[in-house]
Amino acid sequence: MTATTYCYQLQPEKVRAEFFRLLPISLFVVAFGAAFGLAAVQKGLEPLQAILMSFTVFAGASQFAAVDMWGSEVSLIPLIAVVFAINSRHLLMGASLYPMLRDMSPGRRYGLLLFLTDANWAVSAQEYQSGKRNLEVILGGGLALWIAWIIGTWLGVYFGGLLQDPKSLGLDMVLGCFLLAMALGGKKSPRTLVAWTVAAISSLAAWKWLPPNTHVVVGALAGGAIGFFWLERKTGDEDKVSAEEESST
Amino acid sequence: MTIETTNAGILALIAVMTLVTVVTRFGGVFLMSFVTINPRIESFINTMASSVLIAIIVPMAFSGDAGSLAALVVTAVIMLATKKPLPAIAAGIAAAGLVRYSGITGF
Repeated sequence: MTATTYCYQLQPEKVRAEFFRLLPISLFVVAFGAAFGLAAVQKGLEPLQAILMSFTVFAGASQFAAVDMWGSEVSLIPLIAVVFAINSRHLLMGASLYPMLRDMSPGRRYGLLLFLTDANWAVSAQEYQSGKRNLEVILGGGLALWIAWIIGTWLGVYFGGLLQDPKSLGLDMVLGCFLLAMALGGKKSPRTLVAWTVAAISSLAAWKWLPPNTHVVVGALAGGAIGFFWLERKTGDEDKVSAEEESST
Repeated sequence: MTIETTNAGILALIAVMTLVTVVTRFGGVFLMSFVTINPRIESFINTMASSVLIAIIVPMAFSGDAGSLAALVVTAVIMLATKKPLPAIAAGIAAAGLVRYSGITGF
């Protein structure tokens, strides 16, 4: 059996640096976790159960939706459907990191994916667009976000009254603003702008007419289709192509 | 099929939620491991990656109140002007708070 070599090695000092890089945004996540903790105990979860859910699920929007469905009993299939639909964006986010992740052993690859969430993915994906390979932010940044989410939930279940209305402080917009900043910080080409327009229109249409929580996947796939059919020429290729065109005439 | 929210029931529900979420975290990468990456697939992946962000944000802007719209507009303007994420995000959140404090609910 030949040993496969995986060339992507996580650098511990870079993991640490990425942990501290996402620490500011993690402070906002604490506030959001507190809002979840409060919502969870109000719906009848025990404090420890709410904290356990944040510890193992670690996907905020789906947790909010799940406790919204809480009662004396919970229907299993609707719960699974909602959690899957809200988190299905992870499928695409993971897939977008695959070109980097395949250079890592399967054990580490899937271990790393346990920390995958919107904010650290956005940083990694955006840097990949500009040619930088950064999986350290998934681990380091993910740890910062995960710890913040658990601490926040803990604060919320015990001291939730302190944060009755996170919305009035604008805290519900933390993730939206963060993701927008990441999108605008990335590389913009005519192809990207067309893809964004298509993604925007189709996600809006899906949000209006398709089942709830499907809009992210619909919009992202529609945008991706633009990339599939419209290949961007690399700067090096451009000369080659124009040379070929010239030689064929 | 329903599960009662007894102690054991809640643990089972949390386990199910965890499992479903892990499937979404692993699934995309698992499926990609069967796909041969050619320039076309890579172009698809790259375009899709930034489209995910747009597909999250745009419906958020349309479904939110004046505060959420203000947050996104302010973040966009400052980000495009300064290229610095943290000030842009902080200003966006502050804008949401201010607009909501001022009582404006729609434009």
